[in-house]
Amino acid sequence: MIAIDLIQQTAEVLMDKAAIEIPQDYLDGLQKAAELEDGDLSSFVLQAMLENYEAAKQDRRAMCGDTGTPRWYVKMGNEAQIEGGPVALEAALRRATANSTNGVPLRPNRVHPLWRTDHDNNVGIGAPEIEYGYEPQGEWLDLITVHKGGLFGTDYRMLFPSDGIEGIKRFYLDCLVAFGKRGLACQPAIIGIGLGGCKDTSMVLGKRAACLRIVGDRNSDPKIAELEDEFKELGNSIGMGAMGFVGKSMVIDCNIEVGYCHTGGMQMSVHAFCLSSRRAVARIFKDGRVEYRTDPNWFTDYQRRETVEWETPKAHAESA
Amino acid sequence: MGNPKSPRRIRLSTNPTPQALAELRLGDIVYLDGTIYTAREGVYKRALEDNANIPMELPSESAANFHCSPAAAIGEDGSYNMGAVTATASFRFSKWIGPWMEKSGAKLIIGKGGMTVQDYRDYFVPNGAIYLTTVGYGTGALLGRGVKRVKTVHWNKELGLAQAMWVLEVENMGPFIVESDLAGNSLFERENTKISANLDKVYEGTKPATLKRFGETDDKSDEMIG
Repeated sequence: MIAIDLIQQTAEVLMDKAAIEIPQDYLDGLQKAAELEDGDLSSFVLQAMLENYEAAKQDRRAMCGDTGTPRWYVKMGNEAQIEGGPVALEAALRRATANSTNGVPLRPNRVHPLWRTDHDNNVGIGAPEIEYGYEPQGEWLDLITVHKGGLFGTDYRMLFPSDGIEGIKRFYLDCLVAFGKRGLACQPAIIGIGLGGCKDTSMVLGKRAACLRIVGDRNSDPKIAELEDEFKELGNSIGMGAMGFVGKSMVIDCNIEVGYCHTGGMQMSVHAFCLSSRRAVARIFKDGRVEYRTDPNWFTDYQRRETVEWETPKAHAESA
Repeated sequence: MGNPKSPRRIRLSTNPTPQALAELRLGDIVYLDGTIYTAREGVYKRALEDNANIPMELPSESAANFHCSPAAAIGEDGSYNMGAVTATASFRFSKWIGPWMEKSGAKLIIGKGGMTVQDYRDYFVPNGAIYLTTVGYGTGALLGRGVKRVKTVHWNKELGLAQAMWVLEVENMGPFIVESDLAGNSLFERENTKISANLDKVYEGTKPATLKRFGETDDKSDEMIG
């Protein structure tokens, strides 16, 4: 049984880490981009960002004043048991979100869409989002918080099989160019692409590809992995860098996730995670141990399964 | 791999003289000293549409309007906990910016992403004002360091923390980039023009979607904020 107090306490630490500490994989990716960048202004921007990450850590203040819209991804091993059940879990995550908004502090971004009511704590109707995933074995609970920016850099389009790779490339470039102008997408970013599914799943897959996979990670399908490399290079060949200035750093990495779709369609979504790439992860074990990390490791073979039944491969069973 | 040049760095008062503004060039890096206030849609609507009295002496207290909601909290004892400070995208405030400048005398509009050249010519040039963009975006921790103290927060009860008018004493606060000059030229527009020249080549080997959308453009040099 995993104690509910420990869940809330861990969730509050994660809120703090996500807002303040740049994940190492993204930092390494940005440093590489900064070394290659030769546009005067783009280069200045990347250096300022690197200084900003240091300042945030030293001062223990949020990297960016727009701390996005905090959300939670919860993953459980099949044998995990939560004290108080799922309702207690959701209450703990809502409390942690509210407490940390005032504690870090974060910007109280969440308001009612019509009445603009602001509870000053990032909690309200449907906020924070809490999404779930499961793995075949284990008694642990993974808590992942992502504070993605909420306004620019994301789009959806219904494409069709006849649009092909050429159509996918076109929509990808359209999104980068449109939202890259004036730097609205807060690039260079991790770009996530969702292909297939239904309209909503396409958006979910793209968002998770941007937020739940790290720089350098590749899809387990080797042909999709090749596309990821190709799309990263394509994005960086636009001639646009940070803030939409002339440059060559637009995409720190490109991650693609797919889902089975209607036979007549080819849904596509594009998401840009920002220069602050705020994500933090902890695994809580039933004996009270907590292990912090920055790789959500969300897209396991089980999450990408395509068969009716599932048998856990022996080699994977230990690490899952 | 090239060898990027460092841009010019300049300290500027939040009540700048016309001469100081005239000396700024597109792409200069600016650090601010003095007092700035946050004002975005909430403040604009209240001051300009509901005609509420602005609770500050403007522009004598400050001529620097920051499009920003800070990551900050107000304690039960009234103390302020100021974390990171980052701008929000300014193009959404186009409908209010002209009347606001006339009413407030603002000379520096600070935000994210700039505004259109049309806005600069219609509102900024006649008011002798320029636009400074934040950097990144998201140098919130660096900007937060430049805030020496929160002087006061107006209209918190009426508008909430994110839309309230935060009055901040700042020292060497930056970096910001000069996006528009007194003639109404735009750095972003200049960069967009250069980038657009390369786009036909980048788009080779792609094709437009089979199913079109209303209002769709295939002119890649189009701005999205207009």
